[in-house]
Amino acid sequence: MSKLYSGAEIVFKCLEDQEVEFVFGYPGGAVLPIYDELKNFNFIKHILVRHEQGAGHAAEGYARSSGKPGVVFVTSGPGATNVVTALTDAFMDSVPLVCISGQVPTHLIGTDAFQECDTTGITRPCTKHNWLVKNIKDLSKTIHKAFEVATTGRPGPVLVDIPKDVQFQKTSYTKFKKQKKINGKIHNQFSQKDIDELIKLMNKASKPIFYTGGGVINSGPKASELLRELVNTTGFPITTTLQGLGSYPGEDGQFLGMLGMHGSYEANNAMHDCDLMINIGARFDDRITGKIDEFSPKSKKVHIDIDPSSINKNVKVDLPIIGDVAEVITSTIKTIKKVKPNFAKSNKQKISKWWEKIQKWRSVNSFDFVNSTETIKPQYAVQRLYELTKNKDTYITTEVGQHQMWAAQHYKFDKPNRWMTSGGLGTMGYGLPAAVGVQVAHPNKLVIDIAGEASVLMTMQEMSTAVQYSLPIKIFILNNEYMGMVRQWQELLHDKNYSESYTAALPDFVKLAEAYGCVGIRAKTPEELDDKIIEMINTDRPVIFDCMVDKQENCFPMIPSGKPHNQMLLGEKDQKETKITKKGKTLV
Amino acid sequence: MAKPKSAYSIPGKQGKLGTHIIVVWVDNEAGVLARVVGLFSGRGYNIESLAVAEIDPKLNISRITIVTTGTPQVIDQIKLQLKKLVPVHKVADFKREDKNVIFKEMALFKVVGNNSKKQKALKACKKYNPVILDKTNKSYVIQITALRREIDIMSKNLKKFGLVSVSRTGAVAMTRGSEIFK
Repeated sequence: MSKLYSGAEIVFKCLEDQEVEFVFGYPGGAVLPIYDELKNFNFIKHILVRHEQGAGHAAEGYARSSGKPGVVFVTSGPGATNVVTALTDAFMDSVPLVCISGQVPTHLIGTDAFQECDTTGITRPCTKHNWLVKNIKDLSKTIHKAFEVATTGRPGPVLVDIPKDVQFQKTSYTKFKKQKKINGKIHNQFSQKDIDELIKLMNKASKPIFYTGGGVINSGPKASELLRELVNTTGFPITTTLQGLGSYPGEDGQFLGMLGMHGSYEANNAMHDCDLMINIGARFDDRITGKIDEFSPKSKKVHIDIDPSSINKNVKVDLPIIGDVAEVITSTIKTIKKVKPNFAKSNKQKISKWWEKIQKWRSVNSFDFVNSTETIKPQYAVQRLYELTKNKDTYITTEVGQHQMWAAQHYKFDKPNRWMTSGGLGTMGYGLPAAVGVQVAHPNKLVIDIAGEASVLMTMQEMSTAVQYSLPIKIFILNNEYMGMVRQWQELLHDKNYSESYTAALPDFVKLAEAYGCVGIRAKTPEELDDKIIEMINTDRPVIFDCMVDKQENCFPMIPSGKPHNQMLLGEKDQKETKITKKGKTLV
Repeated sequence: MAKPKSAYSIPGKQGKLGTHIIVVWVDNEAGVLARVVGLFSGRGYNIESLAVAEIDPKLNISRITIVTTGTPQVIDQIKLQLKKLVPVHKVADFKREDKNVIFKEMALFKVVGNNSKKQKALKACKKYNPVILDKTNKSYVIQITALRREIDIMSKNLKKFGLVSVSRTGAVAMTRGSEIFK
C-alpha cells in the first residue's frame, strides 16, 4: 500500500507539484494542522503578514509582477472574511490567486461554532470558483483543479475551504503532472476568417486606433512583444487602459498615453473620432467609456478578448474575436505579412491626416500643470521619481486616488508586469502590501509604492512584514492631508462642501517609519526633492517617504462621467475657458 | 426622489424586453444552485420562475430551467456568464414565443365546497389535463399542467368554486421533434 498523508501534508504536496515557492498567510485555529506541516516542506517560504487583507494583496502583487499564481493561507471566520476585499480586487482585475482557508471541523459546520463563517457562501460572488472539501479523498484533486481554474482563461481568484478534521485525516497521494500551459488552446474560439475580416477593416480604416488593456499583460510578456510588433507594422496610434500600462513603451511616438476619465486629451479624442477601434484585452469599463450612448459614435469596433462574456457587455461591437491575445496577434501579424508585407508604408498616406489631427490634440499637452518653486506639486514629484528611477528596472504599485492617476499619467512604463494598481475595485490600501508581494518575487529590484497618506494608512501595518523579511520597499507618499480624489469631486461637484475628506490628525510618517524599524524621509520643498529621492533609492531598507505636496492640486484632465470622450475638463491652464455647466455637475 | 448630485453615469437607451427560458445543465453538487441564482441576483437579472431536479443520477447532472425577462443584451450576458461557471455543462436559451419548444408548468389546486362546486372546478380545468390526486367529501386536490398565464387565469377563476390553496412549479421546457439540444 502506498504511503498515507494527512490532509495538511497533501496541501503541501499539491503546492510542491504546482511549483509554488511563496505563500502569504496568517495562522489561526482552523489552519493549525497546515501550519504544523510547514516545517517539513522547505521549498515553501511562508510570508507572515499582519492582516489577511495584506496577505491577499501581497499575493496579488506577487502574481501580477511574476505571472505566477499567488497563494494565500488564512484561517476560518475572521481570517476568511478579512481576505474578501483582496479576493474581490483580484476578481475585478483578473489576478490568479489560490486562497486556502481553514474551516471548523465538518461536524461543527452549521452550528455557529467559534470562528465559523460560511466561507464558500461569502466568497462565491468574488471568486471564479470555490470549494468546500468535506472528503479527504477529494482534496488533492480539488487543489489541482483550483490552480487550473485560477490560471486558465481569464485568470482570477479561487478559494479552497478545508475543515480542520479533513486536514488531519489521511489518504494516499498520487503525483500530479502539471500540464503544459493550456491557456490558449481551449479558449481560442476564433478562426482565420475573423482575422481576415480584421485585416480588411484595418485596410479600410483612415482613422484607426488600438485600445489595449490588462488582457495583454495577462497573456504573458510575449503578448506585449507581439503587440509592439503589430503596432509598428500597422503604424496605427495606440492608447492603453490603466491596467494596460507597460504593454507598450510609454515614451514611444505611437503611444497616446492612457485613456479614460483621467486619460490624455489626445487618447480620448482619438477614441471618440476614430473610424476603427481595435480593443485588445480591455473591457469597456465605465471609467473608460464615459457616456455609453455617445461613446465613439462613428467607429467600427473590434474586440479581442479571452472571456466571451466581455463581448457586448457594455458596448456592442462589430467584430468579436475570442481568444488569447498573444495567439490572436500572432495570427494577425502572420496574415498581414502574407497579404500585405509593407502595410505601414502603403497605409501611411491614408492615415497621415489622422496623425496630424492627433498631433494637434497632443499639442494641448493635457497632463501639463502649473509648477511651483515653493511647494512640491504632486505631478512634479512623480515626474522626478520617474526621471531618477527610469534607468533601473523599477516596479511601481499604487494605492487608489489622485496619486494613482498622477502616477499613471507621469510615470512611463517600458515593460509589462512593472505596474500594479487596483483598477477595477479601486481598493485603497492595495499598494503597500502589493509592494511586499512584488519585492518577494523580485528581491533585487527597486519596488516603489506611490501612495496617498489616506490610502496607505489602511494597510500600514504591513510595514512590519516588510521589515521582518528585509524587503526594502519604498513607500512614496504624496501627502496632501486630504482624501484627494474625494476632495476634488467635492470641489467640482458638491459646491466645495469638504465633508469628512480632511484628515485632521495624521501620524508623523518619519517617526512612524522609525517605530516600524525602517527609514523615514521627508521632503518639503521642490529644491530638496531630488536629493531626498536619491537618498531613498540608495537606502537598502524599507523606506517611508513623506512627500509634502500641494494640498489643493486637482487631477486633470478629467472626463466628468456621464460625458462623452470629447468633452474633457482640462487643467488649470485652460480653466478660464472651460466652465462646467450646472447640468454637467449633476451627471458626474 | 431628489435629483442626485453625483451618479456614475446616466443609464443609456434600453433595448426591448423579452421573456426567455434558460435551461442550464449542471453538476449536481453542493452550492450549485446558489451559484446560478447568486449570479442572477448579483448582476441584477430577473428570475420569474425556477425548476431544478437531477436528471441523470449516474453522471450527477441536474437540469435547471429559469424563466427570465431581459433585453437581448442582458439575455446574452446571462448565457455567457452562466457558461463561465465551473459546474455548468451547457446552456440553452429559448424564446417564450418559440413554436419548437414545449413549456409546461404544473399546479395543484385544493378546492373545498359541496359537490357541485367541486365538479364545476374540475370542469373548469378540463383543458389542462386535470387529475384528481385526493378527494374527500368536502374537497378535491386537482393537478393541472399548463402554461404560466393559463394557470394564472385558473387560479383566479377557481376562487368562486372554493379554491383555498395553490401550489405551483416553475416552467420546464423541451424541444419538439427528435432533436435534442447539444
